[in-house]
Amino acid sequence: MKLVIATILATLALAPIALADGAAVAAPQPEQCDVPESLLASDADLARVTNAVKTKHRLDISVVGSGSSALAGPDGIRSAYPARLEDVLKQRLVGTEVKVTAHVQAKEITATMVSGLSKILADDKPVLVIWQAGTADALNGVAPEDFHASLDEGVDSIQAAGADVILMNMQYSPRTESMLDVSAFADVMRLVAQAHDALLFDRLAIMHYWNDAGAFDLYTATKKYDMARRVHDCIGRALASQIINAAHLDAVRMQTTR
Amino acid sequence: MRAATIEKLGFARQMFAKNMFAKPIAVGSPLPALSTERDLRLDLFRGVALWLIFLDHIPENITNWFTIRNYGFSDATEIFIFISGYTAAFVYGRAMRDRGFLIASARVLRRAWQIYVAHIFLFTIFMAEIAYVAATFDNPLYAEEMNILDFLKQPDITIFQALLLKFKPVNMDVLPLYIVLLLFFPPMLYLLMWQPALALAGSALVYVMAWNFDWNLPAYPNGEWFFNPFAWQLLFVFGAWCALGGAQRLSGLLRSPAVLAIAIAYLLFAFAVTLTWYIEPLGRFMPGWLSDWMYPIDKTNLDVLRFAHFLALAAVTVRFVPRDWPALKSPLLWPAIVCGQHSLEIFCLGVFLAFAGQFIISEWSGGPLVQTGISLLGILIMIATASLISWYKEIEGRSPTSRVKPPDADLAGGEA
Repeated sequence: MKLVIATILATLALAPIALADGAAVAAPQPEQCDVPESLLASDADLARVTNAVKTKHRLDISVVGSGSSALAGPDGIRSAYPARLEDVLKQRLVGTEVKVTAHVQAKEITATMVSGLSKILADDKPVLVIWQAGTADALNGVAPEDFHASLDEGVDSIQAAGADVILMNMQYSPRTESMLDVSAFADVMRLVAQAHDALLFDRLAIMHYWNDAGAFDLYTATKKYDMARRVHDCIGRALASQIINAAHLDAVRMQTTR
Repeated sequence: MRAATIEKLGFARQMFAKNMFAKPIAVGSPLPALSTERDLRLDLFRGVALWLIFLDHIPENITNWFTIRNYGFSDATEIFIFISGYTAAFVYGRAMRDRGFLIASARVLRRAWQIYVAHIFLFTIFMAEIAYVAATFDNPLYAEEMNILDFLKQPDITIFQALLLKFKPVNMDVLPLYIVLLLFFPPMLYLLMWQPALALAGSALVYVMAWNFDWNLPAYPNGEWFFNPFAWQLLFVFGAWCALGGAQRLSGLLRSPAVLAIAIAYLLFAFAVTLTWYIEPLGRFMPGWLSDWMYPIDKTNLDVLRFAHFLALAAVTVRFVPRDWPALKSPLLWPAIVCGQHSLEIFCLGVFLAFAGQFIISEWSGGPLVQTGISLLGILIMIATASLISWYKEIEGRSPTSRVKPPDADLAGGEA
């Protein structure tokens, strides 16, 4: 009998805590995916971007990448980060004509991408190439040193063609982390970016941060596209911020509007 | 010149002597005295290395900030391979001296077989985990990453490639390396006992050749072995060389203050370099010529910088942790020592626990507290299992059947 009463009392005592917990969960999650400055900061500049925006009021960007630069499903192209980047840049760089062309080939390793670069550079004449790489190479067991050599060659040819480079590394994918080790490829990308004065968009660290901060639960299993779309939208925004910072375009805009 | 020829002829005669394989080996130079007592420092550091490997194998884990890979170039793998070489030579070197080439080789190969079976056992568990993830996890965001599960569509090929040690999922690279090293160990051990300097030089030569000619073994579906056996053998053979008298030969060198100073300076340098990996603003203090020359620090081919870092660590450790250090007998260090004494079992258990721990963390999205708890629990399970194995050995040692075993059976029975 005593036990029953004790149980009831304990339940009553704990109920408010449980309710409070429930309320916290039910509260609407803020739809934000801010990225700390430190994750977007870089010593390198995007001088060619600055120049193109300032003098020609144009910004032509090519995105080269594999599967994780695209989304399947209805509206896939419009919701993937290249298209989101274009929209955000158009909003933020008023008076500049922005064009983002995506060259995405699923499962394409970096060595293959390099052989297609000259055509892309000739066709798009970009001032900035965003090069997403690494995942397909890790999946195909490409040796990190071969990956390094391909990336070196590719960045050289992009810079020789007169464009700035942003290297984008892998997605943070906690569910496949134990099967697919991407760290060696991420290290190579950081090194290549440093060696060529290029920018690194550290998608791995940024998505990791979002997961830890609670912006996204990247462990979630779902067949729906909602979350994938929101993540790509956030990647597009973060990329736009990195470009505007590294090309010092906020200052430019302020000068012109003043 | 003539003396050398005579020596060569003498060796050839030995090599082709009729019953050379059955007889204990008569070697030209007197064999180094192999101490009969196990060096507990080896067990201690191997045990610690096993814990660190376990922690490093859980990718989402706050506690792997404490592991040595974050403070220098080398990591627990170097310690593990070096000590494995050392103990292999210690155990099988005695067998080769006392019972001959054939018996010692047979025992080395039996050990390689045991490790092979353990590897396949781990592979089975890994397949189960992958199959579970494939069946339950789906997210369009990760369409590209999920291609890693493609091999499940061809289990016939995948399993066969795993049996050939060509298909090795993440974190399952160390045991295949160990197997290959043991397969080639009998002739190497013979050479180490006959001409240690020549053996070490030969090993270094293979290492250099591997770097110059990109030697490595092929992996499935593409690429090469993550731990290149042609490179990593250097550390294993160096460990074996140390066990067979090399350590004594080096002892003068190790006592010199200059060597100690160089070792400490190098460790501090490596620490400073690793700081720039984690604290971005420090990167600007890294001179361009240095990073051009230094990077990448290649783990696959056992970069010279990693090897040197291990040597420096070992030199400092040997200096400050003497063989008869009283703490080695203390109950405080016993958990690590007992784990190091059953390294194969505990290594496999560690790989399994890392799978399981990561699985729990991803199912619960575990925070730092869960991660720390899982890490500690894993180490506790490793200690408990190691003591259980010790206990089994003890009761078997008392049983009548084991009395006929050679006195070093406990060492050779599984701990090389």
